[in-house]
Amino acid sequence: MTTEFRHNVTLNLAKPNVRANFRKAMDGLMSRRLDQFPDKAELERLRTQSMAIRANALSKLPELLEQLETNLTRNGIHVHWAETPDEANHIVLAILQQHNAKSLIKGKSMVSEEMGMNHFLEGHGIDCLESDLGEFIIQLAQEPPSHIVAPAIHKSRQDVAKLFNEKFPDIPYTENIDELTQAARRILRDKFYAAPVGISGVNFAVAETGTLCLVENEGNGRMSTTVPKVHIAVTGIEKVVEKLSDVPPLLSILTRSATGQPITTYFNMISSPRKPGEKDGPEEVHLVLLDNGRSNIYSDPELLATLRCIRCGACMNHCPVYTRIGGHSYGTVYPGPIGIILEPQKAGLDVHGELTQASTLCGACGEVCPVRIPIPTLINRLRYDGVRKDASTTVGTGSRRKTGEAAAWKSWAWAASHPAIYNFGAKTATRLHGLFPSNMGAWTNVRSAPQLAEQTLHERLKAMGVDHE
Amino acid sequence: MSNARTNILSRLCQSSIQETPPQPSPYQGREQEKDDWDTAERVRRFTERMEAVRAEIHHASRTDWLDVLAEICKAKGLNNLLVAAETEWGSAIHAQAQRFPALKTYQQPIETWKSELFYGIDAAFTGTRGGIAETGTLILWPDAHEPRTMSLVPPIHIALLETDKLYTTFAEAMQAEGWVETGMPTNALLVSGPSKSADIEQTLAYGVHGPKELVVILV
Repeated sequence: MTTEFRHNVTLNLAKPNVRANFRKAMDGLMSRRLDQFPDKAELERLRTQSMAIRANALSKLPELLEQLETNLTRNGIHVHWAETPDEANHIVLAILQQHNAKSLIKGKSMVSEEMGMNHFLEGHGIDCLESDLGEFIIQLAQEPPSHIVAPAIHKSRQDVAKLFNEKFPDIPYTENIDELTQAARRILRDKFYAAPVGISGVNFAVAETGTLCLVENEGNGRMSTTVPKVHIAVTGIEKVVEKLSDVPPLLSILTRSATGQPITTYFNMISSPRKPGEKDGPEEVHLVLLDNGRSNIYSDPELLATLRCIRCGACMNHCPVYTRIGGHSYGTVYPGPIGIILEPQKAGLDVHGELTQASTLCGACGEVCPVRIPIPTLINRLRYDGVRKDASTTVGTGSRRKTGEAAAWKSWAWAASHPAIYNFGAKTATRLHGLFPSNMGAWTNVRSAPQLAEQTLHERLKAMGVDHE
Repeated sequence: MSNARTNILSRLCQSSIQETPPQPSPYQGREQEKDDWDTAERVRRFTERMEAVRAEIHHASRTDWLDVLAEICKAKGLNNLLVAAETEWGSAIHAQAQRFPALKTYQQPIETWKSELFYGIDAAFTGTRGGIAETGTLILWPDAHEPRTMSLVPPIHIALLETDKLYTTFAEAMQAEGWVETGMPTNALLVSGPSKSADIEQTLAYGVHGPKELVVILV
C-alpha cells in the first residue's frame, strides 16, 4: 500500500536537482549557524535560558494571554480569538469587508499558511499577494513553502529566472540574483503603495507591554505593517512571552540558529496603531490568536514542549531525512522534525501519524534546538501514542495499531522474558540460517540481505568462557 | 468569537498541571567580558558588524558632521533629501540648506504625499535613539517628526548615531533606558544594515523592500 507521503517521497527523491538544492542550502545554513556559536558554553547557557523563558511563558499561558489582550487593547490593538483556521479566516474576511478591501499584501507568516488564508480569501474575491521574496516566488509557481524560514529553498536561480520570465515577459531574462531581486522590488513596491490591508505573522508577543515583535531581513514585514491603513497580525496562542526582557535572548538565539546571522536587518516592535499627530502607520491594528489544536497539545505535560518552538528551522536544516526528501514530501505546512511532531498532534495521528516514521532518531534536531525541545523523545512518544491501546490526549491515539503487529510484539515480549523459549528460538534460527532469503523485496533492491550468525550470542559467549551471569 | 476566547482559555486553565519550570535569568547568556567594552571597543565592534552587512560608516565630530553629510550627499548624487525640520540634527541641516540637495520635510500624513514619498525621494536623514555594539544595530523610535516610513521607503537611509548612546547589548539598552517603565512607542525598531534577502539559493542580495543603502554617521 503506497500512502500519499510515500508517494511524495519517491517522487521527490527522483528529482536530483531538488535534492542538490536542498543539500547545498542545508550545508550552508549548518555551517553559518556553527560560525555563530564559537563558544560552546555560551550556546548551551543561551539554550537553557531560552528554554526557561519559553517554558515559563507556557506555564502561565492562560494568564499571559489575558494580560496580552488587556495591554494590546489598552494600546488600541483589537484582539480576536479563533479556535479553528476557519474561524480565523472568517475574522480576517470580516475585517477586510468592513473596509471594503479587495486586496491585501502579506509579510511572511506560517500561521497564515496553516489557515490556508490565501486560498480562503481568494474564494471570497480577495487578491492576496505574498511580499517576502521567497513566498513571492512560490506563489508565482503555485507551490507551498518547502522550508519555514526559506520557503523557496528548493528552487535554483535558473528555476526562478524561468518563472519570472514566464510570469513577467516584459522583464528581460536574467539568472543574476541581484537583478531578479530588483525586479521583485519594483513589482512589489507598486503593490505596497496600493494595498489597503497588510497581513503579518508574529515572532514574539510580549504580554507585559502589549507588543508584537517581527523578525525579518527584507523590509516586507515593515512595509506590510506600516504602509497599509489596516494591519492584521495572525499568530498561534503559544507565541506569547511574559516580559520585554525575555525578548533579547530569544531574538539572539533565533537569528543565529535560523540563518546564522547575529541579528536580522529589522526587528520590528509594534505596540499600537497610528496615534494622533503621527503621520504614518496603520490606523487600525488587529491580532488574531489561533488555537488550532494547540490547547490540546498543552494538556499533555510531555508533549507541551512542542509549543516552546520559536520556528527557527534549525531542526530541518540538520535533519538527514528532510535534506533528502525535501520539504514538499511531508505534505504539511510545517515540514522536518518539528513538523513531524507538530502536525500529527494538530491533525491527529490518524491523519499524519505516518510522518512520525520520517526520522532516523539520529538526534541532531534535539541537539540543535534553541529551546531544547526533546524532538527525538517526542517522536518516540507519538509513535507509541499511535499504536497504544489505552487512552492519551493525542488526537488519533491507537489509530495506527495493527492487530498482527501488536500480536507479534506481544509474543516477542513474552518469548524474551522466558529464557528457555528464547534460547530455543534463537538456536533454531541459527541452525536454519542457510534458509534465510537473500531477496527481501524493496529492502534488498539497494542493500544486501542480513546474514544470520551460525551460533547464538549465548553460545559464543559460553565458548569464550564468559560466565552465565 | 467570545466563545472561542472562553473555550480556549478554559481548556488551557484545565490543564495547568505542570510543575514550575526553571526561572529565566536575564543575563545568563552573556559573556562577562562584554560588560567591560569601553566606548572605543563599542565603536569598533559596531563598525565591524555594520560593515559586514554593507552599511557605510562615517566618523564625524559635533563640529564637522554637517560637512560629512554634505560630502555623502554629493558623492551619492542626491537630488533631494528628506529631513525633519523640528529635530536637533534636522534643524541644523535646514539652517544650512544651501549646502545640501533640495530638502524635503514630512509635514503631512503619508496619504497626502504617498506618491512623492514612494517614487520621488532619493534619501532620508534621521537621528537615532541609540545603537547596539554587539550586533551592529541602530535603535529607532520613529515619531511625528521622523515617521516610520523615513527609514523604510526611500532607497537610501542616512542615520546619525551619537557614540555615547552606543550600548553593548540589546538587553542593556532596553534596561538602561527603562523601556518597560516609560512604555513602548507605537513602533520601536532595530535596524542592522540595508534591506537584504537570501531567498534565492541562500545568496545575499541587497535592497529588497527597504533601503538599498544604509549610511551611519557616528558623532
